[in-house]
Amino acid sequence: MIVAKNITKQFGKLKALDNVSVTFSKGECIALLGPNGCGKTTLIKSLLGMVVPDSGSIHFNNELITNKWMYRSQVGYMPQIGRYPENMTIAHVIDMMKDIRKGIDKDPDEELVKSFGLKDLLQKKMRTLSGGTTQKVSAALAFMFHPDVLILDEPTAGLDPLASEKLKQKIIKEKEKGKLVLITSHILSELDDLITEVFYMQEGKLLFHKKLVELKEETGEAKLSKAIAKIMITQEAEL
Amino acid sequence: MKKLLKYVIVDIVQNKIVLIYTLLLLIISMSVFNLENNTAKGLLSLLNIILIIVPLICIIFSTIYIYNSSEFIELLVSQPLKRRTIWLSIFSGLASSLSFAFFIGAGIPILLYHADATGFMMIAMGLFLTIVFVSIAMLAAGLTRDKAKGIGLSILLWLYFSLIFDALVLFFLFQFQDYPLERAMVVCSFLNPIDLGRIQILLQMDISALMGYTGAVFRDFFGNSTGITLSFIGLLTWIIFPLIISLKKFKAKDL
Repeated sequence: MIVAKNITKQFGKLKALDNVSVTFSKGECIALLGPNGCGKTTLIKSLLGMVVPDSGSIHFNNELITNKWMYRSQVGYMPQIGRYPENMTIAHVIDMMKDIRKGIDKDPDEELVKSFGLKDLLQKKMRTLSGGTTQKVSAALAFMFHPDVLILDEPTAGLDPLASEKLKQKIIKEKEKGKLVLITSHILSELDDLITEVFYMQEGKLLFHKKLVELKEETGEAKLSKAIAKIMITQEAEL
Repeated sequence: MKKLLKYVIVDIVQNKIVLIYTLLLLIISMSVFNLENNTAKGLLSLLNIILIIVPLICIIFSTIYIYNSSEFIELLVSQPLKRRTIWLSIFSGLASSLSFAFFIGAGIPILLYHADATGFMMIAMGLFLTIVFVSIAMLAAGLTRDKAKGIGLSILLWLYFSLIFDALVLFFLFQFQDYPLERAMVVCSFLNPIDLGRIQILLQMDISALMGYTGAVFRDFFGNSTGITLSFIGLLTWIIFPLIISLKKFKAKDL
């Protein structure tokens, strides 16, 4: 569904993405893992066209995305830090998003708006919201328009346990509908029952991209967190 | 495009600065016209105020507005929208609301007190300068990510167009006063939108006779319909050119 070939992106001296090639296919739920600053967010933003790679190509449903924009109607994106116009209320932001996609999606999915209890906060201005509530708005918007691809950048960071459980159930539900889900997270324990593949990056390079089952077999661990820890230790030993 | 434009305009109107700007212009123009018995004199005083204040407010307000909308822009870029649409919507929103403010604040008093060719030319030039300086602001904000740098740059640009450019031209004139520079001056005036506006209005006011031989050359070149058309084209270029460069920059920007 998404095929990236040899993408490289440099910010000043820092190589955020170094010749990364990857294929994400439909129906998978993929965890993007790696230490801080390894290029996960840059990769995600490149897929969304928010960052323009220096070289390489990205195809979405066999179509090159450079300078394209319609494909984004099939992507739901939840940013790591949601930044919204401060003077708008939640209701305004949601209405604006619906307005932008008018004609593309006629029946928005407001399940998360309801289950997160955002209905009571609709008239609050974005600048008065707490970090967690902003995350809830981001999540609700990402799922609202029935996207085929969900890109979630640290979705549960800042959410309370109840909300993050609700979000997890929603992700599982969407995954079962055969959608492609990309998640980055540092809380590995909560990824265990979500993901099917692991994509591990380090210093802008792809280290491995494997099925979760294979990874667990190779390391002999039953938990993702333990398996990743084992790999990181062997990595360090090699260095 | 229309949808986004609506949100941009609502946002600008909610921001009270544009209302204050309208009121300020209204107070200035009303008092200038009521201060003197001769409305032509009032128009001349208003000219100088408009040539200073309109570019200043337009460029500073627009630059700050663009930087403050960075969240809005970031949100929109991840949506199914063309970057071109986003950037042009912000430009049109700023240009239309500031033009509207100018029209209410200065245009209506001019129409009330001095509704002749000079008055119309003044309104037209005021509107042109508004849009030109919004366009230059888009460029200044597009060139750098740093807000302080961007606002500094737009202040410098304003200083350049309203003071430094004229000083340079004067310097140039005195250095080469032995040569006939009148024609070179005509070309020079195209390099500064404020000068283009000023010349057109002064020519309409029939005081170019006071400017000596240069005034006569200007009258000869700018006074007829070809000259007016050329200076309108010049001002349009001043709108389009910075906008296109800023659009190119924005299309390649990482957010």
